[in-house]
Formats: sequence, structure tokens, C-alpha cells
Amino acid sequence: MSYVIIGNSVAAVGAIEAIRKVDKEINITVISDEPYAVYSRPLISEYLAGQVKEDMMGYRAPDFYERNGVTTMLGRKITEIERARKSVKLDNGEEVAYSKLLIATGGSPFIPPMKGLGLGGVMTFIKMDDAKKLDAMVPELKHVIVIGAGLIGLKAAESLHHRGVKVTVVELANRVMATVLDVEAGNIVQKALEQAGITIITEDTVAEIIGDSAGMANGVKLKSGKALDCDAVVVAIGVIPNAGFAKESGVEANRGIIVDDHMRTNLTDIYAAGDVAEGPDYLNGGVRVMPIWPNAYIQGKIAGFNMAGVDREFGGGLAMNSIELFGVPVITVGLSNVESDDLEVLTKVEENSYRKIVLRGSTVVGAVFAGKVERAGMVTGLIRDQIDVSDMRDRLLADDFGYIDFPIELRKERLGVS
Amino acid sequence: MKRVYAKEEVCIGCRLCEVYCRTEHSKSKNIIKAHKKETPRPVARVLVEELRPVSFAVQCRHCDEPECVESCITGALTKDESGAVVYNVDKCVGCWTCVLVCPHGAPQRDLERRKIAKCDLCPDRETPACVDFCPNGALIYEER
Repeated sequence: MSYVIIGNSVAAVGAIEAIRKVDKEINITVISDEPYAVYSRPLISEYLAGQVKEDMMGYRAPDFYERNGVTTMLGRKITEIERARKSVKLDNGEEVAYSKLLIATGGSPFIPPMKGLGLGGVMTFIKMDDAKKLDAMVPELKHVIVIGAGLIGLKAAESLHHRGVKVTVVELANRVMATVLDVEAGNIVQKALEQAGITIITEDTVAEIIGDSAGMANGVKLKSGKALDCDAVVVAIGVIPNAGFAKESGVEANRGIIVDDHMRTNLTDIYAAGDVAEGPDYLNGGVRVMPIWPNAYIQGKIAGFNMAGVDREFGGGLAMNSIELFGVPVITVGLSNVESDDLEVLTKVEENSYRKIVLRGSTVVGAVFAGKVERAGMVTGLIRDQIDVSDMRDRLLADDFGYIDFPIELRKERLGVS
Repeated sequence: MKRVYAKEEVCIGCRLCEVYCRTEHSKSKNIIKAHKKETPRPVARVLVEELRPVSFAVQCRHCDEPECVESCITGALTKDESGAVVYNVDKCVGCWTCVLVCPHGAPQRDLERRKIAKCDLCPDRETPACVDFCPNGALIYEER
């Protein structure tokens, strides 16, 4: 008996920690194409900014694998799942047998076809090696074009700015972080970026990357016709699940690998979790790829428990993000930017802060906090637990909203107050 | 494990728990220096909520399956063998993901350090400072 986990990021850790709560003995093998012990992917921006050194990027203590009895095979790629033999095939032909398999291979940057992608200085920004490569280039960089004003693009922009590099962000939508932020919150974030000196171009995109005779990117041409000089381009449009090899081996996948509420795929003894999975969506129903860190840990944990024989159900992924850019914190949860007749929106706008609560009937289904994010989780909890907020509606927008506004019985249950 | 529980019928909202929490988590451990001299000023890990006449103190519940630990992007938050949710301040980068997920609103933002502050159950003391110094016995530390 042996469990094999493909992938070595947060979903893998969630699974390992859950399995070891139940079973201290069974062999666990982690196989990953990255050569590193598990590290915090979101920290690559702090690394690039020079604020976190490589030795502080470990997501778990250096003895994590040893303490948990995990064998690692790092720097190795899986080419195929041999279902009949219950084994996975590595790029060097070696096979590793599994009794249960977890696919936690994450995602890869989405790169739309455009001219010039093969030029030097055209980068993506999701892995340690991306950050190292960009870090090594920084002394030579004067102006970088970032394509995409989502979380990854904006964190890359902020980090490069901290290193003294001029940055221009080009975004197809009409504002930054358009998938999760409404116009009001988008403006607050955009203002912070622009005040810091970052140029944001919206409703436009890079049509072509232009290179010099040495094959290095030295400019971009935008769809609008505008041309910009630059010496590197960071493509940060989105992430797509690394589901290809699994699909070829017969695992059912749509955008991501489809999993049920136990993180099971269509194939016996094969599970999937994290950014590669298309799992149950808490608020909308159905399945959805939700590439966010907490979701990946929880999915990994649920997969791990079920692999180890403990029945645990996944309640569904809840979209949520927390980011701080140039000192402005922004938190979004659930249906933060959806307009629909059955939704009611409460907002409070102050100078440099914004709070929004989205209600469906008597429950909260979405929220945005910008500028002031204190105790935002109290609202996240209301969403997750589908608490009836009829009696606290008037207080939901208050900066000091808290347990004091809860019905006393619920407060007692949550806090154990007497 | 032992946790801190509030008794709201005897809490008068004096906020001394916050004062002694700040002091305990200061460099000097001196009440006056902690509040008037130290920079950055220590942040209280306990928060008094009040809507008169009701008040009570809230701090980390050290949950059995803590959302903050599962969501922390750096691994700064972990659950130790005793069950306490412990915090490695050096690993915190101020991303506020724990603020986003904690249903109790327990992690406080330390804006001077750009890191969070949360209850550590006062590891250097037998009983957490908030409990010891509450003049009304409105906080109790016990196993339930």
C-alpha cells in the first residue's frame, strides 16, 4: 500500500497533513517537477521585491517530509498514469506504484497566442524559478510591461516597482482586478497603484511583442495601435489547470479535473485537489476551477482524509482573495462583483475605504472590503454558515461589526460566552 | 485544551484585558513604557466588543480545524501539539488572509509592523494576562 501525490504545493501539504492525522504508517510519495521543497508560491512577489529571502519561503519546516514519513521525488515529471497496473510513469521511464493517487499538479500561466512570445525577456510569474529569473534581470531592467491586472500581475508590478523598475500594466477590462472588484473598489486600488507611479492602461491589450536583433524583447504594440518601449514583458493573464496528462490517461476533465464532494475523480482510487481540480462551488452550485490558496489546502485535506478512509465531505469552494498593494488592503469574498435581480447590495463609501455587502434574501453571499479590512472574516463566516442576518442588517456595514451584533444564542455557541 | 472564555454578565467593558495584553506582548513588559514609549506600540490580541450595556472580550478560539492555519499563505500560522494556534511573526508578510477567513475576527492587524497579532495564550505565564488581570473575573481559562 502506498499513496502517491503528484504535485508539491499547498494541496499536497493539505493531503499529507490529513493522511497523517489518520494513518502514521502508510507510505506517501510526493512527485513534483519543481526541484524545491514545498514553498509559498504567493511569496514569489515578496522575494522579487527583496522583502523575503529564499530561506524564508518554505511553507513548512525543513524537516516536514522527514517528520511525516514522506518520500520525495523532486524535479521529475509524470508522463502517464498506467491505470491497469496502478502506477505512474516518470519522464525517465521509471514507474511508481500507487494504491491511491492524488493529482495536485496546480496550474500553468495562460498565454494567448501573440507574435513575439519566444523573445528573451518574455516571462510568466507563478513559480520560484520565474521569480529567480526576473530577479536576475532586474539590474538591467528599465521598463517592464505587465499584461493583465489581476492579482499576479499587480503583485509583480508592485515588486518590480520596489526594485526601481518602471512598470506599465496593460489590462483588457476597464479596471484592475475586474473579476473580483467592482468599479468602486477597482478605483481605490488603481488610484493607489497610480499614485505610487505605476502606469495602468485599461481596455487595451498587447497585440505583439517586438524584439531586437539579438532576440530580446524591446517593445510592445498594443491593440489600440500604441507602441511602448520596454525590456521585459510579464504575461499574467490567468492560470489554467495542468490536467493534460491526466486527461490522456482517462481522467475526466473539463477545464480542470472534475471531482465530486470527496475529491474523487471518475476513476477508482484517483483523487484530485487544488488548482488542477474543478470541484463543487459553494455559492453557485455546479463545479468550478477555483485557483486560490485556501481552497487548495482544504481540497487537499478533504482528499487526504478520504484517501485514508475517513469520510469527509467538501462543502464547496468559496471564492476569496486578500491582497495589499502599496499599503491598501483589499478583501473580496463570494459574489463580490455579480449583478443580479435576486441580489441586494449594501455599500459604504468613505475617503480611501469601501465596504460592500451582497445579500441574497436574508443571507450574505458576497463582500468587498477596501482600505479597512478589520475583522472581515466575521462576514466570511456569515457567508460560509449561511447565517440569517435579518436582525443585523443595519450593522453589516459598520466598521465595528462583530459578535455583539449576533443573536445571543449564536454568540454563545460560537464563543462559549456565558 | 484550555481556552479563554468570557462571562458577559460581569464584563464592564473596562478594556483592562487589552491593556494587560499589550503590556504582556511588549518588549519592556512595563505598563507605562509599553503604552507610551515603545515603538512600534504593541497591539492587543484581545478585543472588547461593546454595545452598552453588553460587553465581552474576544480572542483567538484556537479552533480544532483553524481556517487561518489552513489558509495562511506562508505557513506562519500552525497548530502545535497542545492544540494552540501558534504564530511565527517572522514568516508573516501582512497579506491579511487570516483576517479574511477567521470567523471570529480574531487576528488583529498590526499596522506599524505590517503583520498580524493574535492570542498566543501567553506562553511565559501560567494563565493568560487578560484572565489574570480582569478585575471582575469576566475571563476564565479552562478546559471544556
